[in-house]
Amino acid sequence: MSDRFNYDQFLNTLGAWFLGILWFLPIIYAVWTATHPGEYATRFDLLAPLTLGNFVDAWNAAPFARYFLNTIMLVTFILIGQFVLCTLAAYSFTRFSFPGKDILFALVLLQLLVMPDILIVENYSTMRALGLIDTIAAIGLPYIASGFGIFLLRQTFKTVPKELEEAARVEGAGPIGILWKVYVPLAKPTYLAYGLVSVSHHWNNFLWPLIVTNSVETRPVTVGLSIFGSVDQGIDWSIITAATLMTSGPLLIAFLLFQRQFVQSFMRAGIK
Amino acid sequence: MPGRKEWVYGWLLLSPALILLFAFTHYPAVVTIWDSFFSTPRGNREARFVGFDNYITMLEDETFWQVLTNNLWYAAVTIPVSIGLALAMALWVDGKLKGRGFIRMAYFAPTVLPLIAVANIWMFFYTPGFGLIDQIGSLFGFSEVNWLGDPDLALGSVMVVAIWKEAGFFMIFYLAALQSIPPSLREAAAIEGAGKWTFFRRIVFPLLMPTTLFVSVNAVINSFRLVDHIFVMTEGGPDNASSLLLFYIYESAFKYWDTAYAAALTVVLLILLSILAIGQFFFADKRVHYQ
Repeated sequence: MSDRFNYDQFLNTLGAWFLGILWFLPIIYAVWTATHPGEYATRFDLLAPLTLGNFVDAWNAAPFARYFLNTIMLVTFILIGQFVLCTLAAYSFTRFSFPGKDILFALVLLQLLVMPDILIVENYSTMRALGLIDTIAAIGLPYIASGFGIFLLRQTFKTVPKELEEAARVEGAGPIGILWKVYVPLAKPTYLAYGLVSVSHHWNNFLWPLIVTNSVETRPVTVGLSIFGSVDQGIDWSIITAATLMTSGPLLIAFLLFQRQFVQSFMRAGIK
Repeated sequence: MPGRKEWVYGWLLLSPALILLFAFTHYPAVVTIWDSFFSTPRGNREARFVGFDNYITMLEDETFWQVLTNNLWYAAVTIPVSIGLALAMALWVDGKLKGRGFIRMAYFAPTVLPLIAVANIWMFFYTPGFGLIDQIGSLFGFSEVNWLGDPDLALGSVMVVAIWKEAGFFMIFYLAALQSIPPSLREAAAIEGAGKWTFFRRIVFPLLMPTTLFVSVNAVINSFRLVDHIFVMTEGGPDNASSLLLFYIYESAFKYWDTAYAAALTVVLLILLSILAIGQFFFADKRVHYQ
C-alpha cells in the first residue's frame, strides 16, 4: 500500500514547510542583518564577515542597560502583584460565599473585554491626580488586578478536592494557612503558565508605557527601542536591527530554551 | 465557618484586587462616558456640559470615518486570515510531519517578539528599492513599490504584519484542542469509511467550535487593541490611510490634547467591542457544541 506515492502527505508536508520558512524568514533575515557589517544589510553574500559590532554600537548609542533594568523591574512588580492579588481574589471566589459574589465575578470578567489598554485617556488623568506620572508603578498598576488571572486561578482552585482542605483544617490551619498549604502548591502549573503569559505580555507592552513615561529612568525597552529606531535619526539599519533583536533577545532565547514549556503554558492558559 | 464571619473573609480577600480593578477599569470606563458629554478643559476654562457636541463633531469628522472604516477592514481581513492559517498550522503540526519541532517553533516565534520589534523588522522589508520585498520583486522584473507610503497599500502592508504576528498565537489554542480529541473517533471514522476531508468537516471542525469562538473573540479584541506597529511603520499615514481607532484616540488625547473628543471616541470603541463580542456569543451559541 505504501508503494504508491502519497500525494496527500507530500502536499501537506510541502505546505507546512513553505509556510514555516515564510514565517521564519523575517527572523533569520533580521539575525543576518544584525550580525553583518552595514554594507551587507541589503546584499546577500555567504562569505560576508560576521560581526557583533552592531550590537556593541546599538548598546552604546542609547541607555539600553537602564531600559532593561526598567523592564525587569516592571515585569517583576506586575508578576508579584498579580500573583498575590489574583490568588486572594480567586480563593475568595472559590471557597467563600458572600452577598454580591456573582455580580462581582461578572465585573471581574468584564475586564476581559474592557481592558485598561483601551482606557488610556482616563487612566492617564488618574495617574496624574495620584502624582504617579513617569513612574514604573504607573505602568504596572492598571494591570495588577487581572481579570484573566483571577478567572484562571479560580478555575484551578475549583478542582482542588474538599477532602484536602478538611484534612488541613483538622490539623488546625486557618483560611490563609489552607490557601498557602493546600491551594497554592496544587496550582503550581497554573502559576507557571500564567507567569510566562504575563511576563511576555508586559515585556512586549508598548502603548501605555509610552504614554505614562517620559524619562530614561522609567522607560521600558519597547519604548526605548521606538525612540532609538526612528529612522530619521540617521542610524543605519544594521544597528537598528541589532537593537531590535537585543530587546526581544531575552524572551526569544528563553523561548528557544523552554519551547515546550512555553507552548504548553499558553495551551494551558487557553483551555481553562 | 458561620455566615457573617465568612462574608467578612470573602470580602477582605477580594478587596485589594477589587479596589485596583475598579480604579483602573470600571471607574475610567464610566468616567469616559461622562467626560464625553463635556468640553475639554483648557487653561483656565473648566470643562462645561456640551451634550452631544463631541458626538456631532465626530459624525462630521472625515478622519473619524476613515479611521473607523480602516479598522473594520483591518478586522475583517486579519481575523479570518489569521484564524484560517492558525487552524492549518495546528492541523499540520498535530499530524505526522518531518521536522515538526522546527515548524512549530517557526510558527510560534513571532508571537514572542514585541509588536514594536516586529514592526522594526518589517519596516526594513518594506523599504522602497532596497528592502527585501522589492529586491525579490526586482528579480521578477517588478518595479520599486513604496509599500508604506502609498495610501492604497499602507493598510494592507500593516495587516500582513498583524497576521504574521497573530497566527502562531492562535495555532497554540487549536493545537491544544486537537490534542484533546480522542483517537478513538478517528478510528471509528476510518472503520465507517469516512475520508480525511469528511472526518475533518463533520467531526474535527465541529469539535473545535468552542476554540474557534475563544480565538475569534480574542482576535476581535486584539484587532482594536493592538496598534503598536502603527507607531513605527506609518504613524497612521499617509493621510490617515493606515490609522486605526485606538491610534486616533491616542493622537486626539496626547497629540492634540482634546481629551473630551478622545473620550467620545473611546465610547465608540467600547460600544463596538461590546456589540462584536456579544454578537459572537449569540451567533456562536447555536453552532458551538460543547463536549
